[in-house]
Amino acid sequence: MNKILLKDLSFYFEGKKVLNSVNLEVLKNEILAIIGPAGSGKTTLLRLINRLEDATYNTKKEGDIFVDDKDIYSVDINVPELRRRIGMVFAQPVPLPRSIYENIIYGPRLAGIIYKKKLDELVEHSLRQAFLWDEVKDRLNQSALSLSGGQKQRLCIARTLALQPEVILLDEPCSSLDPISTAKIEEAMLRLKEKYTIIIVTNNTKQAARVADKVAFLLMGELIEYGQSRQVFTIPVDKRTDDYITGRFG
Amino acid sequence: MNREKLIEKTFFLIACSALFLLALITVFIFKEGIGIFLKIGFAKFIFSPDWAPSQKQFGLFSMIMGSVWITIGALIIGVPLSLSVSIFLAEFCPKKIARILKPAIELLAGIPSVVYGFIGVVILAPLIREYLGGPGLSVLAGSMVLAIMILPTVISISLDALHAVPKSYLEGSLALGATRWQSVYMVIIPAARSGIIASVILGMGRAVGETMAVIMVSGNAVRIPHSILEPVRTLTSNIALELGYATGMHREALFGTGMVLFVIIMILNTAAYVFTKRKVRK
Amino acid sequence: MSINQNIIEKIVKIFLWIFTIITIFILFYIVGFILKNGIGGLSKEFFMEFPKSMGREGGIFPIIIGTILLTLAAVFIAGPLGIGTAVYLTEYTRENRITQMIRFGADCLAGIPSIVFGLFGFVLFVIKLKMGWSIISGGLTLSIMILPTIIRTSEEAIKAVPKPLREVSYSLGGTKWQTIVFIVIPQALPGILTGIILSIGRCVGETAAVIFTAGSSLRLPNSLFDSVRTMSVHFYILSREGISLKNAYATASVLIISIGMINFLSYWIMHRFIRRIEGK
Repeated sequence: MNKILLKDLSFYFEGKKVLNSVNLEVLKNEILAIIGPAGSGKTTLLRLINRLEDATYNTKKEGDIFVDDKDIYSVDINVPELRRRIGMVFAQPVPLPRSIYENIIYGPRLAGIIYKKKLDELVEHSLRQAFLWDEVKDRLNQSALSLSGGQKQRLCIARTLALQPEVILLDEPCSSLDPISTAKIEEAMLRLKEKYTIIIVTNNTKQAARVADKVAFLLMGELIEYGQSRQVFTIPVDKRTDDYITGRFG
Repeated sequence: MNREKLIEKTFFLIACSALFLLALITVFIFKEGIGIFLKIGFAKFIFSPDWAPSQKQFGLFSMIMGSVWITIGALIIGVPLSLSVSIFLAEFCPKKIARILKPAIELLAGIPSVVYGFIGVVILAPLIREYLGGPGLSVLAGSMVLAIMILPTVISISLDALHAVPKSYLEGSLALGATRWQSVYMVIIPAARSGIIASVILGMGRAVGETMAVIMVSGNAVRIPHSILEPVRTLTSNIALELGYATGMHREALFGTGMVLFVIIMILNTAAYVFTKRKVRK
Repeated sequence: MSINQNIIEKIVKIFLWIFTIITIFILFYIVGFILKNGIGGLSKEFFMEFPKSMGREGGIFPIIIGTILLTLAAVFIAGPLGIGTAVYLTEYTRENRITQMIRFGADCLAGIPSIVFGLFGFVLFVIKLKMGWSIISGGLTLSIMILPTIIRTSEEAIKAVPKPLREVSYSLGGTKWQTIVFIVIPQALPGILTGIILSIGRCVGETAAVIFTAGSSLRLPNSLFDSVRTMSVHFYILSREGISLKNAYATASVLIISIGMINFLSYWIMHRFIRRIEGK
């Protein structure tokens, strides 16, 4: 059964069409990679699933997004709660200017978890899942700003995991990272798939090929191709997909 | 969700407080001050030079002229000085020195007006009395003290305007072979003109509105001055000197004074606002 | 031609230097003059004792307390209003008619002469609302006067908080309110504090608006409804009525030193704030 379903999703920003009638579904415990050149609407699509564009002015949305068959833009949706169920990791790792520990428990505490023991557990568990625990376990009270770039991004992933979400959205999580950090994050992703449904936006087609079950190719706001990862990368249906994957543009 | 809406409404109400208070002050001053205009007539109140509360004579003209003289004097002395400083700071001064000068000038803004007034009384007034004649406490003393007091306002706002001019303007002009001063004079100052005018207008507002220093140094005599060495009373001084004991019609007349002052300031503010808005238009 | 230009350039530069030096000289002269004549009068007794015979002798203890209480009252009233306004302007709306009106209102308020505030406060708070010459009347009046400064500086500070931090908070399930309280305000705090400290400076230095609303009692206040005399008012009365030049200078020195410290403090906080915003 599908976890996320986009139905005829269009989006306008200042009158310009950013997404054009996109239809997409993501199954449970599956990794979907969204690929496409810069400005193709990948990030916007991701942000729409997290309702992060709500606060942007001059926008218009058409079509629907369903999570567990529930329209997430219907009026009775509690947006903060939705965002807890659908974690988001941004392209630029932005730790809150607090300690590592405080970063992880920011979300849970806002959700009302106050027991220190429970929070401690969450911190350890989510840091372990993000493969960061061993590196930071002795300095949890240090400022998160003191971490390296790769560590910061894993912290951001751990921070999202601490929400105990059902879905994780990753927006080019490795765009600012070195290959070793990237490898660590990809490893974490493959492990996380067992428990979560993941959508990753990436510029890196190789990365998509490595981690994704399904791949969607967006071009100028339009969904050009969508299918099993192996099929898209080996025998793409659309010529534009082929051009993009083989590096002829983008 | 409802709670968030409630919070937003609360913030909106708070945000309206500034407007509300402005409206409250405006309405209040006008309500209390309009009476005198009705009782003795608009023209008489504004254009009669006689102010003798004990004889129920209320004419503001001497005070209006006092404010005008002192303000113009302050601008004549203060504006060239401040604009020179801001041009210097923006375009000619080594960065390191500017970093020390700017806070120093801000400190100038922080010095209480009574201290300026005091300095005027103990230093300026005796000098004027000795070398130029007259009682010392005069238009000139008032203007000089006010000139110093408006320096920080004019400097900081015109400095912002100069800084807002894109660097490429200067570079473009220099590349065409103009010297630095030529570029500043012909390109940067015109480009920052609106902001500079706004800074002068706001400085003017500050001069018109200043009270304590003016009371201390300008002599406070109710008469239209004929030379800069004569003492004058400004609109602000008039209120401050008599508010403590005024009742009845006299108090209404002071509110009338406040009303005139308020209208002048609002006109200046609006003008400055218009000019700062125009700053965007390159 | 080009030699000519070079000479003009030189002359202009010299003139600009001279004018700037004059300005700075005036500043140092004023500060130096007051301190030179006043610093000798400063002693532990001057700070800790009550004034005797209208301030001719003795210290300024109740006056210092009065200044602090009045300033605190003003800041406690204007702080929440100003910060709240700034939050509304930056977090809840974008530029529109209403925000423009609010900003214009704040600008107008900032331009109103302090004597008009004094006039307003005197008749409304002191007489009509029967609060008398008191800390509360003076505090309310001053709070209106400093409100624009707090709004402006808080707005700048809040605007400087990076947008991604807000988004992170939202994405972690934070509501708008939680984001404002836990992320935006703490991040903007140094900038907000700078504005508040500058406002404190204005309150300490103000005379015209204070003398008609807080009065000039030399006694230590027992409640918010008691009159107090601030340092500026005290200095004004001492020097204007020729009570004691020595104590006037000493009071002015305390005033100038406090203003200097206030400015320095705000500068220091601002500096650290800018460094933090720009990434350490």
